[in-house]
Amino acid sequence: MKQVILAAHFPGVNNQTVWSDPASGSQIDFASFAHLARTAERGRFDFFFLADGQRLREQRGRIHDLDVVGRPDSLTVLSALAAVTTHLGLAGTVNATFNEPYELARKLASLDHLSGGRAGWNVVTSSDAFTGENFRRGGYLDHSQRYERAEEFVRTVRELWDSWAAEDLVADPATGTFAAAGAGAFAHRGAHFDIGGHFTVPRSPQRHPLTIQAGDSEGGREFAAATADAIFSRHGRPEEGRAFYRDIKARVAAHGRDPGSLKILPGATFALGDTDAEAQENADHIRRQQVSPQTAILLLEQLWNRDLSAYDPEGPLPEIDPDVSEESIIKGRTRMSRDPLKTAAEWRALAEAKKLGIRDLVIEVTGRQSFIGSPARVAEEINESVQSDAADGFILVPHLTPTGLDEFVDKVVPLLQERGVLRAEYGTTTLRGHLGLEGDV
Amino acid sequence: MSAAPLHLAVALDGAGWHPAAWRDPAATPKTLFTAAYWAGLVAEAEHGLLDFVTIEDSLALQTTRLDGADGRTDQVRGRFDAVLVASRVAPLTRRIGLVPTVTTTHTEPFHVASALSTLDYVSAGRAGWRVQISGRRAEAAHFGRRDIPELRPDSFDRPESVRLIQELFDEAADAVEVVRRLWDSWEDDAVIRDVATGRFVDRDKLHHIDFEGPRFSVRGPSIVPRPPQGQPPVTALAHSRIPYEFAARSTDVVHVTPHDGEQARAVVREIRGLAPGPLKVLADLVVFLGQDAGERRARLDGLDGAVHASDAAIFAGTPEQLADLLLDWRRAGLDGFRLRPAVLPADLSAITRGLVPELRRRGVFRRAYEAATLRGHLGLPRPAGRYAGSRR
Ligand SMILES: Cc1cc2nc3c(=O)[nH]c(=O)nc-3n(C[C@H](O)[C@H](O)[C@H](O)COP(=O)(O)O)c2cc1C
Repeated sequence: MKQVILAAHFPGVNNQTVWSDPASGSQIDFASFAHLARTAERGRFDFFFLADGQRLREQRGRIHDLDVVGRPDSLTVLSALAAVTTHLGLAGTVNATFNEPYELARKLASLDHLSGGRAGWNVVTSSDAFTGENFRRGGYLDHSQRYERAEEFVRTVRELWDSWAAEDLVADPATGTFAAAGAGAFAHRGAHFDIGGHFTVPRSPQRHPLTIQAGDSEGGREFAAATADAIFSRHGRPEEGRAFYRDIKARVAAHGRDPGSLKILPGATFALGDTDAEAQENADHIRRQQVSPQTAILLLEQLWNRDLSAYDPEGPLPEIDPDVSEESIIKGRTRMSRDPLKTAAEWRALAEAKKLGIRDLVIEVTGRQSFIGSPARVAEEINESVQSDAADGFILVPHLTPTGLDEFVDKVVPLLQERGVLRAEYGTTTLRGHLGLEGDV
Repeated sequence: MSAAPLHLAVALDGAGWHPAAWRDPAATPKTLFTAAYWAGLVAEAEHGLLDFVTIEDSLALQTTRLDGADGRTDQVRGRFDAVLVASRVAPLTRRIGLVPTVTTTHTEPFHVASALSTLDYVSAGRAGWRVQISGRRAEAAHFGRRDIPELRPDSFDRPESVRLIQELFDEAADAVEVVRRLWDSWEDDAVIRDVATGRFVDRDKLHHIDFEGPRFSVRGPSIVPRPPQGQPPVTALAHSRIPYEFAARSTDVVHVTPHDGEQARAVVREIRGLAPGPLKVLADLVVFLGQDAGERRARLDGLDGAVHASDAAIFAGTPEQLADLLLDWRRAGLDGFRLRPAVLPADLSAITRGLVPELRRRGVFRRAYEAATLRGHLGLPRPAGRYAGSRR
């Protein structure tokens, strides 16, 4: 039986997070991060996960204000979490477009040492000029070049990590040798990076911190298949999950890699209840909180690409069609649909058929809960997804900070453990070890 | 305490500041690249109620040459990213300030601002930033984005070297300005969680910083809410006129390296003359402490094959003698000292367990932390955000 891989996503910066719930705590204080990480470790999760964004989102030229805004720097907060956890993997999203290999390789190798081999890096490439306005190098890469740079970036970072051999750190006072001659020497010459010198961090416990990839396009999939240890995917539902899984594992094999050496981890939400009916009620309640009247209009604007603030959230969809011009009213977030006219037509048909106003329609068509049910049902569905190769595990996104994982760990985790698909105790101390990827470097 | 409090910090680096420190019988060289080593050092400094620790860093391997690797295998080589070290020890300590070194030459000010804000959150208001420039060609070659001519001992005073150093410090001043604006770009009460209107933040309290300079422009606002201290203290080490001007303009604390009381007086006068506002001036000293300090120093020099020299004065003697010296120099107008332990952890414990009690006996050092933040220890008030009240 396959083991289920589980990761805990610290929620924020999208309408998934129900900040209006009285139980919702700080999105920024360290205590919140520590609580979620400790809960995940109590549940014997594989890793903790942080997303990232380097510019606050704007819509119609104004800073987005309805969802959680603001978050800490990924690697800095993970290093602090290393002090309050002992086994949990610590994975952070860091952009390959607005960083440099030498600096980021140092940070990741440092985190790997400081956590005893628990570091992970989700490589993203977002590079729009909007984000570039926060950086001295600006936003000059188009979509295809981003992956070229990212691919060379990952290769370069790994060369830096390999620049110290395990035995280069000698530290023997008797012989007076601290480091072997030539330790850290590297030279890389490529289309994006032409660098050379000496790397400052001795070989870290995992040698290569885990790399995760999150792109979904052809380029993104190829990049992942060629280089990544795990994929954070959008395809969590069984049918599309299996299709994505087959596609990726075939690509991995085509790159001459063992398909088992890349783990597929869809993001997933959940809603629990004592009974399936109660869970459904909870899920509906969560959805209504996630999509407030204001949020419903805002999400509709993202598809329509127009100012719809005059519309009644409980009223019918706009008569006019979406604006399909290149210029998007939303900055810092990917567009909702590649074909807005077609999607709008589908939404109209659905609203017509089910007699739905804007808010109810938006609730219906955006982000469904992945796992809804009693703990027994949720445990069964998660396990079934993994055993049927729809996924190797899930990155769980709770809707509450910081207590959103408590109930899952208390009620679902023991059932997965009973089935023998989730460890009762950690058998290894490194993130690669947890995922069974120890020998892959 | 009657007079102004004496500020005391320690500078942490590798096995200590003597290049052969790692070979001292009391050193633990195999533990340098572990979290436990750093946690132990910072806990010891906190035990002594010191104001803060600084953590050295650079974007190249340590070297005895001005620029470029020296190929030596008998000295400590290798370092962690200093911000991550500071962050790793933050949850394990409660009061001491944590001041990592971060360069401004190859880094993005936006990333630097986020990382230090985050350090301020995870430490509940104890973060600082020791700003450094990277004037070495070897460091530039690690990035491959700009060319910096190689520094040579005989080229320091040439006009092109002076121009380069001026340029790097001007860039550092811009970087600090950007970081400071980003820290202020969220007003303190920007997060409103107003359920009635569905708004998580009041967008009128978030501000684009719109920095435009000759080297870079940054739009903002920060992705991190305003840090607990508002503005974490900024420090810099300075040895001559150009860095003095930078420090006086851009920092809250400057580390200087006089070699006697007379020089201390001159340096303090020069820097205070340049500073538009209040600035803490701390003198750096390398210290070997204990009855056997002189012997230890000679033994380590022998192991290294050279008499250890430093930019800062080197002191070897007992904690009582060091206390005499500090109080003497202090009359030059210094606010305190940043001590660089020659051997870690030995000379650090001699500071916390020998020097500190001695300073207390003389009524010049705290018996308990009176503040919870680094600004608090330094007697710096929490500043209001520069954009507060303005419309974006
Ligand atoms: C599940 C998932 C999570 C992502 N998380 C982030 C993130 O946290 N930060 C970010 O900048 N981009 C994130 N991205 C965006 C990707 O890095 C990438 O820019 C985007 O998917 C477009 O690339 P593509 O066309 O290959 O899909 C995420 C993408 C996916 C599919």
